[in-house]
Amino acid sequence: MENKLDYSIQAVSRKQKKNRIIFSQKVAPYIFVSPFILSFLIFFLYPSISTIIMSFQEVLPGETKFVGIENYKKLFNPHFYAALRNTTIYTIWTLIILIPLPLILAVILNSRAVPGRNFFRSAYFIPALTSTIVVGIVFRLIFGELESAPANTLLKLLGLPAQQWTMHWGTGMFLMVFLASWKWLGVNILYFLSGLQNIPKELYESAEMDGAGVFRKFFYITLPLLKPVVIYVLTISIFGGFRMYEESFVFWQNQSPGDIGLTLVGYIYKEGFMNNDMGFGSAIGIVLLIIVFVINIIQLKITGAFGKEG
Amino acid sequence: MLLVLAIVVLFPFFALLLASFKPSTELLRYGLNLKLQAHLMSFKNYIYLFQDGAKYLTWYKNSLIITAVGTVLSLLFSSMVGYALAVYDFKGRNATFILVLAVMMIPTEILMLPLYKLMVSFKMINTYWGVIVPTMVAPIAIFFFRQYALGLPRELLDAARIDGCSEFRIFFSIMVPLMKPAFGAMAILQAMGYWNSFLWPTVVLRTEDMFTLPIGLSGLLTPYGNNYDILISGSLLTILPIIILFMFFQRYFISGLTVGGVKG
Repeated sequence: MENKLDYSIQAVSRKQKKNRIIFSQKVAPYIFVSPFILSFLIFFLYPSISTIIMSFQEVLPGETKFVGIENYKKLFNPHFYAALRNTTIYTIWTLIILIPLPLILAVILNSRAVPGRNFFRSAYFIPALTSTIVVGIVFRLIFGELESAPANTLLKLLGLPAQQWTMHWGTGMFLMVFLASWKWLGVNILYFLSGLQNIPKELYESAEMDGAGVFRKFFYITLPLLKPVVIYVLTISIFGGFRMYEESFVFWQNQSPGDIGLTLVGYIYKEGFMNNDMGFGSAIGIVLLIIVFVINIIQLKITGAFGKEG
Repeated sequence: MLLVLAIVVLFPFFALLLASFKPSTELLRYGLNLKLQAHLMSFKNYIYLFQDGAKYLTWYKNSLIITAVGTVLSLLFSSMVGYALAVYDFKGRNATFILVLAVMMIPTEILMLPLYKLMVSFKMINTYWGVIVPTMVAPIAIFFFRQYALGLPRELLDAARIDGCSEFRIFFSIMVPLMKPAFGAMAILQAMGYWNSFLWPTVVLRTEDMFTLPIGLSGLLTPYGNNYDILISGSLLTILPIIILFMFFQRYFISGLTVGGVKG
């Protein structure tokens, strides 16, 4: 009996020793970060290398062969130009709308004089919660082709002709940009609001004493102090723009007339999975990667994130 | 102006609600109109969803499982990594953090072709794990947890160490409760991501009985716009859980975002 107890105490202390090493301050952080390292190696680094290799290959089921820059040569075609143009213009439009408008709304919602501030914050945020696919279904109805569809009814009230929204490039672009603006408005408002709340009130008070009006306060205090948030929102908006796919998918699936809804990600999907040309799909991916990377560098340079302020 | 905008923002939900009670023949013939036509309205569209042979409930179940498992795992792993990056000094910490930022800065859609091939070799195509595993360590969440953990009181850490707590006990029983607001905010964000995600699940999930809600519903979209009866009511019921979750965690969400969100 005594022996047995002795033995078990020994076992416990041996276990404790082992635990002390694994759970020690030296080893613990590595165990904590190991999920990221593993996931990075398997689901990021390996696929990144393999997509670079695939972009120089013809990938057929069961066999692959190197074709040099053949896939990249194939990029010079009207579909790719259309995808590049659509994605770029879409991104620019979302930047034009989704930075100034939420910024102004956040400033308004930040002032105590506005009744129902919390209601508006939640109301504007709700679209962000909903799936683009689900929302697109409603948008297809609102922007239906019939003259009695809500959007066309509104146009009629304004004395404008009814539109076949999904049939033309301009109206198609409008649909995608409008859907995105509607969906992300509330999120950007929240980002700006959280930034505004970090600005010390005394700054405004002293500016008021110096006789500064609403506009001067906005341009000389709010904007400069919000710069980090603006940069953050700008960065995520550019990403969002270049990875866009669903906004186009809900209106046209993968077959828009004259490629009016084709995006770069949509083009990767189309070539890689529908046409089974994974090599070409990878080449498109690499180009997209380079575009995003270059824009990032330029943007970081211009906004001075490489400087001391960083 | 605020009110007009709020009406514009909420209008599609109102339109959806109204349309969900109308027969699809009406929608096809006259489009969506906003008249309350009480004599036409019924719960028929909702009943379709639950009929025998309708896949809607299966899709709902798939979405729930993927969202629940994915969210829990990604919160666990991301908080561990973020916490370690904020609290410990260890060799390779800065390098790891730079890698997190790098992954954040690259759209993962670019990698979907090689990831698909990888999932084929892991035999994870058409499984829940195939959707969850590549996305369960979320760089954005890591970043957020790190920002939040930077503000945790170090004295507690030292006190617990003197008491002989292991690093893991310290994390799970002391630090995790302190990071509650961060967990609240990230729970919404991650759940939203899984519930609404479309492109990657489309790549992985191949058969109808494995589809999630967005894939299933999008399959009903055709250029001719039929199936509206199921689509509309199905869409509405798809939005509900995430809105309820938001209402529940809302307080944490907004305060959490304020603390950790945009200081980078």
